[in-house]
Amino acid sequence: MTTRVGVEVSIAIADAVKLCNADVVAAYPITPQTHIVEHLAELVANGELDAEYIPVESEHSAMSACVGAAAAGARTFTATAGQGLELMHEVLYIPSAMQLPMVMAVANRALSSPLSVWGDHSDLMAVRDTGWIQIVVENGQQAVDNIICAFRIAEDKRVLLPVMVHLDGFYLTHVIEPIIFPEQGDVDKFLPSYNYPFPLNPDKPVAMGDFGPPFIYTEAKWMQEMNLRASKKVIMECWNKFGKAFGRQYLPVEKYHSDGASVLLLTMGCFSETAMVAIDELKAEGNDVGQIRLRLWRPFPFEEFRQAVKDADVLIVLDRAISFGGPGGVVASEVKAALYEQDKKPKVVSFVAGLGGRDITVSGFKEIIQKGIEISRTGSENEYEIYGVRE
Amino acid sequence: MEKYAVYVPRLIQKKEKFAPGHRACIGCGEALAVRLAFKALGNNVIVANATGCMEIVASQIPNTSWHLPWIHTLFENTAAIASGIEAAYKVMKRKGRDVPADVKVVAVAGDGATSDIGIQALSGALERGHDFVYLCFDNEAYMNTGIQRSSATPFGAATTTSPAGKKSIGQFSWKKNVPEIAAAHNIPYVATACHSYPFDLMDKVARAAAIKGPAYVHILSVCPTGWRSPTDTVVRLGRLAVETGMFPLYEVVNGQYKMSIDLPELRPVKDYLKQQGRFRHLSDDIIEQIQERVELEYQKLVEKAKNGTKRAKRKSKKGTAKTSVR
Repeated sequence: MTTRVGVEVSIAIADAVKLCNADVVAAYPITPQTHIVEHLAELVANGELDAEYIPVESEHSAMSACVGAAAAGARTFTATAGQGLELMHEVLYIPSAMQLPMVMAVANRALSSPLSVWGDHSDLMAVRDTGWIQIVVENGQQAVDNIICAFRIAEDKRVLLPVMVHLDGFYLTHVIEPIIFPEQGDVDKFLPSYNYPFPLNPDKPVAMGDFGPPFIYTEAKWMQEMNLRASKKVIMECWNKFGKAFGRQYLPVEKYHSDGASVLLLTMGCFSETAMVAIDELKAEGNDVGQIRLRLWRPFPFEEFRQAVKDADVLIVLDRAISFGGPGGVVASEVKAALYEQDKKPKVVSFVAGLGGRDITVSGFKEIIQKGIEISRTGSENEYEIYGVRE
Repeated sequence: MEKYAVYVPRLIQKKEKFAPGHRACIGCGEALAVRLAFKALGNNVIVANATGCMEIVASQIPNTSWHLPWIHTLFENTAAIASGIEAAYKVMKRKGRDVPADVKVVAVAGDGATSDIGIQALSGALERGHDFVYLCFDNEAYMNTGIQRSSATPFGAATTTSPAGKKSIGQFSWKKNVPEIAAAHNIPYVATACHSYPFDLMDKVARAAAIKGPAYVHILSVCPTGWRSPTDTVVRLGRLAVETGMFPLYEVVNGQYKMSIDLPELRPVKDYLKQQGRFRHLSDDIIEQIQERVELEYQKLVEKAKNGTKRAKRKSKKGTAKTSVR
């Protein structure tokens, strides 16, 4: 029988990795990811998880060791945040290009300088183009479920790609939430034992990561792109199977009172749940508002997104990172690009808020939505609005 | 001599793990060293190759010279990649997966990838005690990108980023001693080798692979392109590097130093320097400075080896005494 237990989300993620029976964990400590890998180290030390824990000397080496482990055919996990993800940056392109499945939890954190250990999506947006499948979760249950799904998606023979599961640092990693852990037997059924098709093995030598001159590089990149795009089908198939097996269904674009609403708020990550309260209050006050959340960031769910916003007049997009000197929020600019060719499309209003751990309260969201509606009518000289800044 | 020539090839493994047809320069000492090293390692090996000459010349799609499972990813992370492979094999074997037993992971990197950009990953892997072999093929500069200085470039050598000029003698710093840095990690095996001593090289690589735990072998590899030396002097230059004391051959086994060749007297460094264009500009003063430094460093090494021998003797004496008491 499955029971609901109160547990810190970081600990729950480590327990989910244990349920997935990972073989290798290579990680370097960085706030706010530390509790995840600390608990994994503990599970390995106590013999509760039969894995090799590699306490590497940097995130660059963490990701590199994961690449080596995945290339050898091991089920591989790591976690990082903020600066750590940035130090990994160069290595992140390797497993996606070389089709090495692995799962990484990212406890989203702001980037220096000034130093900030608190959360926003600057790290998430900086790794947008690394070729990983990227899933964003909003609460502990979603984190646990999607770690399990992530392994299944990554290891699917039609995919063979690394998967990032993004969760907000502190706001999500460090809170205690009620979580239902699936039974080990059910996870084993859902996630079959792993058998990487082309491992580094002296019995059957392969060459990985060769030197690609111009005559082949474009084709290699195109193959990678087609593969990542095609993975969406498998991701959705996995979520459907998970839904059937465990009763919790995930979608590339999640909706909250969005059907038929004329004003939509688009959010990502755990702030979405605060925004829902604001939506409820605004609706109760007679406003025609709804919400959509991007669950799948890469591959970008174009169809589902366009379908979700097709009847709306206004789409207010909340970004928690700035693309400096550019269009403001990365999500807003992607959304605008996705809608540009559409005949009927909502007016997109871009907001940036919640940087470096600054909270957005329910009344804050209400204010953002109301201001967004106003801007959609009056227009604005700015590329985007920054909410809550002291000028 | 003739008899020897007939006999010697029989001692060497005929099968090539690093096959011909790669794109290395004429007279490449590093290709020779790689070829010899992998002859000594057998089949049960996985290669993790850093970016550099050997990776670029031997892996261009759709070809490869490697008759072994081989992975290249980046420049500075090869020791970490090797760590991951080693850990994966360890756990997969423990969990009863169908993987071959006793696989040795061998990291291959140049001097830049080892002494500069990859030294952190190397230090981490050595400190953690992974069971792997790290082979540094040292041609004393970033040859692949066009002969730029590295911290392994010897004092006074002209490279494209340490050019000799009116106000420059070339490389301004002394060669970083990476074998010593490796030895400071208290790993079970450290050695230096050179392709000009093929049997010594193969012995050391085989010994490194046979030892459980991290092993580091630093292999001087003559680079005619970067050293501005004739391609037919590759073997001779390797020998001169050793005979002059510029590149001493030694082993550190469980902390005990052992000189590989007994040199009663060092040849003058001038014999070595004068044959290479990269040192052509050096004045007698500078050469004298190099001579002094080389002698000093060599002497230090010999002392360490002597002390090691003394300690070993003392230990064995003690051991005998104990046995006799019993």
